[in-house]
Amino acid sequence: MGSALAITIGVLFAVSIYLLLRRSLAKVIFGLMLFGQGVNLLIFSAGKMVRYRAPIIPPDATTPPAPYADPLPQALILTAIVIGFGILSFSVALIYRAYRSRGTDDLETEEETR
Amino acid sequence: MESLFLRTAATLIVPLQIGLSVFLLLRGHNEPGGGFIGGLVCAAAILLWGISRDFPTARRLMRLHPTTLIGLGVLTAVGSGLAGSLLGLSFLTGVWAGSIPWLPFVGEVKLGTPLYFDIGVYLTVIGVITQIAFALEEAD
Amino acid sequence: MTLRPDILIALPLALPFATAALLILLRRWVRLQSAVSVLGAALLFADGIALTAAVERAGILTMQSGRWIAPFGITLVADRLAAIMVLVTGFVALMTTLYAVADIPERQTRAGMQPVIHLLVAGVCGAFLTGDLFNLFVWFEVMLMASFVLLALGARAGHLGGAVKYLVLNFLSSGLFLTALGLLYGKVGTLNMADMAVKLRGGDETRLALAAGSLLLISFAIKAGVFPLFSWLPASYHTAPIAVSALFAGLLTKVGVYALLRAYTLFFALDHGWFGPILLIASVLTMAVGVLGAAAQYEIRRILSWHIISQIGYMTLGIALFTQHALAATVFYVIHHIVVKTNLFFLSGAIEQSAGSDRLSRIGGLYRAYTLLAWLFFIPAFSLGGIPPLSGFFAKFALLRAGFEVGAYFALAVGLLVGALTLFSMTKIWAEVFWKEAPEEAPPPRRVAPLRLLPIACMALTTLAISLYPQPLLRYSEAAGAQLHDSSVYIRAVLGKEAAP
Repeated sequence: MGSALAITIGVLFAVSIYLLLRRSLAKVIFGLMLFGQGVNLLIFSAGKMVRYRAPIIPPDATTPPAPYADPLPQALILTAIVIGFGILSFSVALIYRAYRSRGTDDLETEEETR
Repeated sequence: MESLFLRTAATLIVPLQIGLSVFLLLRGHNEPGGGFIGGLVCAAAILLWGISRDFPTARRLMRLHPTTLIGLGVLTAVGSGLAGSLLGLSFLTGVWAGSIPWLPFVGEVKLGTPLYFDIGVYLTVIGVITQIAFALEEAD
Repeated sequence: MTLRPDILIALPLALPFATAALLILLRRWVRLQSAVSVLGAALLFADGIALTAAVERAGILTMQSGRWIAPFGITLVADRLAAIMVLVTGFVALMTTLYAVADIPERQTRAGMQPVIHLLVAGVCGAFLTGDLFNLFVWFEVMLMASFVLLALGARAGHLGGAVKYLVLNFLSSGLFLTALGLLYGKVGTLNMADMAVKLRGGDETRLALAAGSLLLISFAIKAGVFPLFSWLPASYHTAPIAVSALFAGLLTKVGVYALLRAYTLFFALDHGWFGPILLIASVLTMAVGVLGAAAQYEIRRILSWHIISQIGYMTLGIALFTQHALAATVFYVIHHIVVKTNLFFLSGAIEQSAGSDRLSRIGGLYRAYTLLAWLFFIPAFSLGGIPPLSGFFAKFALLRAGFEVGAYFALAVGLLVGALTLFSMTKIWAEVFWKEAPEEAPPPRRVAPLRLLPIACMALTTLAISLYPQPLLRYSEAAGAQLHDSSVYIRAVLGKEAAP
């Protein structure tokens, strides 16, 4: 499972960087989306892939019974997903506007027509 | 987009969705749910209404402008954080003030600054999502 | 009702958010909205003063938000560096909100922009005060989101390309930050920066930590605009309204510098491994490329944008040298530069309003027509160039002295050369705008609105005050440098007495 996850993360990073290096804005956006997913998976894997109990403290104890899973990566990923969602939806709108005003989604043509 | 099926379904689903969003909001402190998810469900309800009828109707359904909702939401959240500070505790410390013993479906609801914080998040999320969607809809 | 002193740390986050929310609700009453906006910024400034004074008196202040004890909760930490950065941010916010009233005449645009300006300030203050690495990421995103909106709201049609470049590169930087954070968390299992410092120092320098450190270096270098990762900056800064680009010019890249300072003094020791040499080379190239880029430009704001890059090189040079004096010099440099650069952008707006253009070839003769403006320009411009006795001279002198102590002669030589070229560049603007005869097609110069001149004059006076009485700020930054250099003070303040390494 761990190596499958590692390969998936690697593929996501590779594909996203390839897309980010393209000139077409639509592809850049796809690249950003995949990049975000790769990073999220990486944080997920940082929390260690184990079948442990939920870290809930029973009423009569002060620590959760070991072994328990680390809840933090999920919270981090959730936050990162929310932030990524906000920024991506904004950038889609912005790039759409840029496309409408210039008639092309090529990143470099603007410098010449400016 | 005009579709009789969608209109009829929306009439049934939207009130349920709004009810569900409030349910999620109120139970969110200790159970799955919370302001963010509740806000998303409520915004989805408003957008479903907009898709099935038209967006001006959905806007009117909201009564308040989306940006006003964002303002109110952020103000509520910041206020709940400062409440702890004003009582001599750290910023964002939860302050509890009693509880409602029983509400249908939800059970006991504790009243306090964490709930107000969640309400702030709820309002902000509804405002942000609907604002983005309305802006994109207008751009077409 | 008793207030804890740590409310001073919470307010720089709460105040801008509350102001932004109020401004959204007041968007129909534009005059009232502007007044509230200025008031909110003034309160932040006041809080910054109180915070700096408290830190000066009592040492590092911390606040465990929600009473979750470090390292489990999010700790807010105000050391000397963070406190004075909040102070300067409050000052810049106050000046910008004042300037925006005159600068953004379209009432609707201004009504939309004022709340976002405060949101940006909240992100900046949060980044300065947080003691938690993930929280730093969140504040970066708050700041970025606000800056995206400001750029998109203000960009003239056809200028969106700059905003898109800014967005893509900064998004990438955030992604790299998050990747580094994931690796670090997997390695040490904590996000509290002080705790991370203890745990990273305990173990030996492993490859994973080195990889995370390199990713963080790239991520922060993009935000700071360090060579070769600066291309987003000159593409975007000149497209926004002047109040906005002045705010960006003053604060945004400096947050990147702050993050570099924090990360590489606290939990990655810069003197280990190859971070130091890489940053040294990058700094030298940043200085040189920035100033050469500026020499090729003939519009005031484009020239100034390139100079931001060049000046960032000096600040990161101080970090790369990594002695107590060099860090102190960087702190002084950052503060001097925020004031000067924001003011120069304000001035470019005033010149544009007066002469009707931003292009050097279409302006001229402003000295005779508008002597006051000329002298107001003189102070920050030649302070940037490092002419004694202006503040830039002390900043450069402190840095040179620190470099001399460790024998970084090549970097110093480049620094001096770049200083001379900066001076040349400022003289170019001065000669073209103020001394040259006005070109024939130029319209007669108009008066600049007093509301524009007020913040310009305030900032020029601040620069003058730092220039004439540099001792207090020099002493303060020396102490801040000492605090940065010996990170055990910071760690003890966050984690308690027994945690010192």
